[in-house]
Formats: sequence, structure tokens, C-alpha cells
Amino acid sequence: METINVMNRIDKLFQQKKENILSVFFTAGFPTLHDTVEIAKQLQSAGVDMIEIGIPFSDPIADGPVIQQSSKQAIDNGMTVTLLLEQVKEIRKTVSVPIILMGYLNPVMQYGMDRFFSDAVAAGVDGLILPDMPFEEFESHYKQEMDRLDLRNIFLISPTTSDDRIERIDQASRGFIYAVSSSSTTGSKNEFDENQIRYFKRLKDKQLKNPFLIGFGISNKETFSAACQNGAGAIVGSAFIKVLSASKSIPNDILTFIKTLNSGIK
Amino acid sequence: MIYTIDERGYYGNFGGAYIPEMLYPNIEELRSRYLDIMGEGDFQNQFNQLLRNYVGRPTPLFYAHRLSERYQAKIYLKREDLCHTGAHKINNTIGQILLAKRLGKQKIIAETGAGQHGVATATVCALMGMDCIVYMGQLDMERQRPNVERMRILGTTVVPATSGNMTLKDATNEAMRHWINNPTDTHYIIGSVVGPHPYPDMVARFQSVISEEIRNQLSEQEGNPYPDYVIACVGGGSNAAGAFYHFVNDEHVQLIGVEAAGLGIDSGESAATTVLGKPGVLHGSKTLLMQTEDGQVVEPYSISAGLDYPGIGPWHAHLFETGRVKFLNATDDEAMQAGIELSRTEGIIPAIETAHAVAVLKKMEFDPDDVVVINVSGRGDKDLETYIRWGKY
Ligand SMILES: Cc1ncc(COP(=O)(O)O)c(C=O)c1O
Repeated sequence: METINVMNRIDKLFQQKKENILSVFFTAGFPTLHDTVEIAKQLQSAGVDMIEIGIPFSDPIADGPVIQQSSKQAIDNGMTVTLLLEQVKEIRKTVSVPIILMGYLNPVMQYGMDRFFSDAVAAGVDGLILPDMPFEEFESHYKQEMDRLDLRNIFLISPTTSDDRIERIDQASRGFIYAVSSSSTTGSKNEFDENQIRYFKRLKDKQLKNPFLIGFGISNKETFSAACQNGAGAIVGSAFIKVLSASKSIPNDILTFIKTLNSGIK
Repeated sequence: MIYTIDERGYYGNFGGAYIPEMLYPNIEELRSRYLDIMGEGDFQNQFNQLLRNYVGRPTPLFYAHRLSERYQAKIYLKREDLCHTGAHKINNTIGQILLAKRLGKQKIIAETGAGQHGVATATVCALMGMDCIVYMGQLDMERQRPNVERMRILGTTVVPATSGNMTLKDATNEAMRHWINNPTDTHYIIGSVVGPHPYPDMVARFQSVISEEIRNQLSEQEGNPYPDYVIACVGGGSNAAGAFYHFVNDEHVQLIGVEAAGLGIDSGESAATTVLGKPGVLHGSKTLLMQTEDGQVVEPYSISAGLDYPGIGPWHAHLFETGRVKFLNATDDEAMQAGIELSRTEGIIPAIETAHAVAVLKKMEFDPDDVVVINVSGRGDKDLETYIRWGKY
């Protein structure tokens, strides 16, 4: 398979760009079922470095109200894992930035884990974030197959993750680490407090083998640039979904939103 | 066959701890300490004292003469309905709040369906002087009004869950989110044998006092600790886990779990997980789960708020898969009729959850000397409005 010989796009991105990386999350099939492809294209045109597409789930326990609502609407629109993989194929015709699929375990399990891994890679997916997949489960059951397919599994860490565990996760990670900015579900805030900044610094000082991106609560140019001062960049989710919810012209609004976010960094 | 939990937190193919990293420290703290804490003499003394002097244990095992005559078997009722607050739920909340204290937590959260677990949690929080927030589906708040007010009288904040069908599943989602947002000072008292390891095992251990007492009481009353049947309703499965616990390795004791069939198994309005579910992951464990082909969790339905849940605890999934427990089910109507029947034959108005367990007597065949224990998980006070609305009495 050719995909195996080509360098994973996530690895390539982090090799070429060490700072100010902007990754944007949105829910597949939202606001309408077939917006997924168009949104991905517009994000690339607007200059984002990486795209994360959420697989909607009925019971997203790690998500705040904004992403919950988008997931519910996406499911009501008829979104499924099968359809998402088709949409990713379509996206890949024009989009070359790394694509990560993020979703809760159950829909993926029902699709079949190994089948999902290989279909995702075939569609052009570079990595997965499965927030409720236990680290130990990954190591004993899925790591081998994902490594074989050159598919990255991205782990989360949070302010309450112990130093020991951060090191273990760093050792097991390839690509990057997703540093959750606070002890919270997803959702946007307007600024970081001292504790959060201290936590980012602590991570930075650790000199981990993997770069880390900061996510949860990145909503504007201030929070984005604060994240960029400590991590390799940041992930924006809820704030972007809010833009989509309110949007009358998705292409324009995406462009404006991304421009504003980037305007805080030198 | 091995029915117990393994060191990884699995019962056969089910269980585990499928939680986001944000909850890992909390779950790991619990996992590494629950058995040690529960084993401390001081903990056991305090737990047993409170069960005796506050909850009112041991609860009676009552020989139900008229019911026995009707079904031609020796039917005993394990009277968990006589526990303080009216259901078995308090056995678990007493245990968990003592544990939370020892973990240094100051605040308590819980989810509730019928409101029984919410009331039991609000009660122990009042007893221990701890702040308490209970999440409850908005629909359940309407159909279990008295329990909402009981919680409020006890000083608890009841927060409506307005996502999904606004029932137990959604309340559980909200409680988990609250915990993610408040990981250090808060303990989450889960109300059934569900959730990530170690909850299913911990809750089952706290509820196991039910079968421990049944054994002692049967020895006294029948001269033999072993019944032929133990029957219990299964929502998440905590009262059933407690009633089965000390019999599970005695294969000659037949264990019967009763699920809510709602309007009927094939009606699309049901909560009979072992019939309609497939393996999946929800609320932190791998278990049987009612879901669509795409892995979206299906909204269950039952007239009984306490059984209105799309999964069952992982231990029950294992006991079902291995055939150790036989699962039956009862529809809304069958349960309501059985509730009236128990009221008229024994003078006990059961919770509608419990009435499901009573309803399967009609579906079973007994020998006249069979000893049958029905776990009367709760009393019907909270359900009066539902009885009245149903009206056929
Ligand atoms: C009286 C009673 N019985 C049974 C249940 C079902 O829960 P479980 O299956 O955990 O015993 C409830 C839940 O609220 C209840 O209140």
C-alpha cells in the first residue's frame, strides 16, 4: 500500500513547523449533513495547519454544551461513521493538511476497530483521538495495528495528570500530545488563569519527546497566542462551532475567524 | 466458571475503565484505595453501625403466605423497602460517603433516575454535613416529584438534565461532566453497579449485605441458607447484584434478573437491555448496551424511572453471557398489575421497579417446596402518582 511509504502528514507538519500551529476541530455533519467537506476545504484555504473532525456521539461526556449540541444535530442530520469516511475521501481530493478523526469509542467499536483503522487510513486520515479509550487498552490491543498502518493515536493530558503518567504517555505517543488546558469539558473561555499558565510552563519545561498542542478553551487571538507561547500551537473547537452555528456565509466567516485568531501571533 | 472481577477490572469481556484522561486521577485514586479503605476495621465498624442504627438493618425476610399459596411455592420477600429512605440505594450511599470522607473529599455529586439514589445521597450528605448536587433528568423530575422535594428539603441542589430523553442516562452524562470540571474536591457517588472500574465492584460490595442477610435469615427460618431462586429487578443492577452476591458461586441457586420491557420488547419503547443490547461502551465501562447500528445509544423507555436505562452493569452482562443469571422481563402493564397484586396480597405497595420482579412469578413454574426470594428493592410511596394515573385498581 502506497500510504505506508509516504510520511505521515502529522509527522511532516511537526517536522516543518515548530510553533504557532493552528488546528481546528469541527463536528462532522454539522450544521448540515454535507457541510463537512466544504468546511474542511475552507479551513485549508484559510491557512489552518491541521483539521480535526469529530465523529458525533449521543453521549459525549467530555464535551460541553456547544459540542454536545452540534453532535446531536449531526446525528439528527443522519451522520454516520461510514458517511464520514466517504466525506474524508472527498476532502482528500483537494486538502493536504493532516486530518485527525476524534470520537468516542462506541461508534468506532460498532464499526469494528481494525476495519475502522484501515478504512480511515485508506480515506486519508492521519491520526485518531479517542478520548475514552484507556491508554492500557491502546497499548495491549491497538498500538501494533495502528503503528503498522502508520496511523497516529493522540493522547490527552490534563492539569491533573501526574508527572509519571505524562512521561509514560510521552513515551507511547507519536505525532503530538493534546494538552487539555484545564480540568474541564470542552468549551470556550476568554482567558487563561495563573494556574493554567503555570501548567503550560510546567509542560514546556519537561522537554517532552513530543510537541504538544493546547486545547479546550481556546477561543480568541489572546488565548491562541498565549497557548502558542508555551506549546507548539493550539486546537480550537467550541469557538469555531459557535461561528458555524451562527453563520450565514460559512466561507467568509471561516476566513474572518481564522484571520482574527492568527492576528495575535507575530 | 469465574464470576468475580479480575485485577484489570473486567468481568470476562465486560467492565474496564473507559474514561477520558481528565478523570483518570480520580478513578485511579479510587481504584488503588477502595479495597484497603473498605477493609479497615474502623471503616467496617462505622459502616455496620450506620447500617444498623440509621438504615435499620437487617431488613426483615418476610414469608409471604398469601403469595406463596397463590403461586404454590415458599415465597419470601427481602424487605429493602423498609430501609431508611425507602430503597436499597442507601446501603451504597452510606458506604461511598464514608469512603469519600477518607479520600478527603468535601463535595458530593450524584445522578438519579427514580430519585431514590438521589434521596439516599442527599440523606447521607445531610448526615455527614457535606455539600451535595444531584443531576436528574427533567422528565424524571416531573414523574418523581416527591423525591425531588425530598432532596431539596434535605438541602441538596437538584439540577435538571435537559439533554437527550432527559432521563437517567442524561443525568449520568451531566454528573460525569461535573466531575471532569471539579476533579479534586468532589466525589461522585454512582448509584448502581455501572460506571468505570472500580464502581461496579465497589457498589456490589456495599450492596452485598442484602444476600449476606438473606443467607442468615434463611438458615434461621428454613434451616438452609440456600434458596432455589432469587429474583430481583435490574436497572443498572445494584439491588440485583446485592441480592445475588453471596449466591453466585452456588450454582444450584437460580438467579433471575428482571428487566423492564416497557410497552413490549418489539415496541421500540423498552429498556430490556439483555434482549435488545449489544456490547458497547457507555459511562466508562464495556457492557451490554441498547444502541443503533452506528453505535449511537438508544433512548430506552420504561414506566419505571429507575429501570429506564439503556445498559446494565458489566457484572450482569457477564452473568448473562455465561448463563449464570437468567434474565426475564415485564412490561409496564404487567409490572403495574403485579404492584397492585403485592399490595392486595401482602399489604406492601412496592416501588414500580420492584413490581417488575414480582411480575415474573406468573411466568415461572415452581415446585411447592421451592424457596423463592424476591428482593423488594423499594417502596411505592414515590410512585403514587404513577399508580393513580394508571388507575386500574
Ligand atoms: C426501588 C428501586 N429498585 C430498583 C432500582 C433500579 O436500580 P438497580 O438496578 O441499580 O437496583 C431503583 C433505581 O432507582 C429503585 O429506586
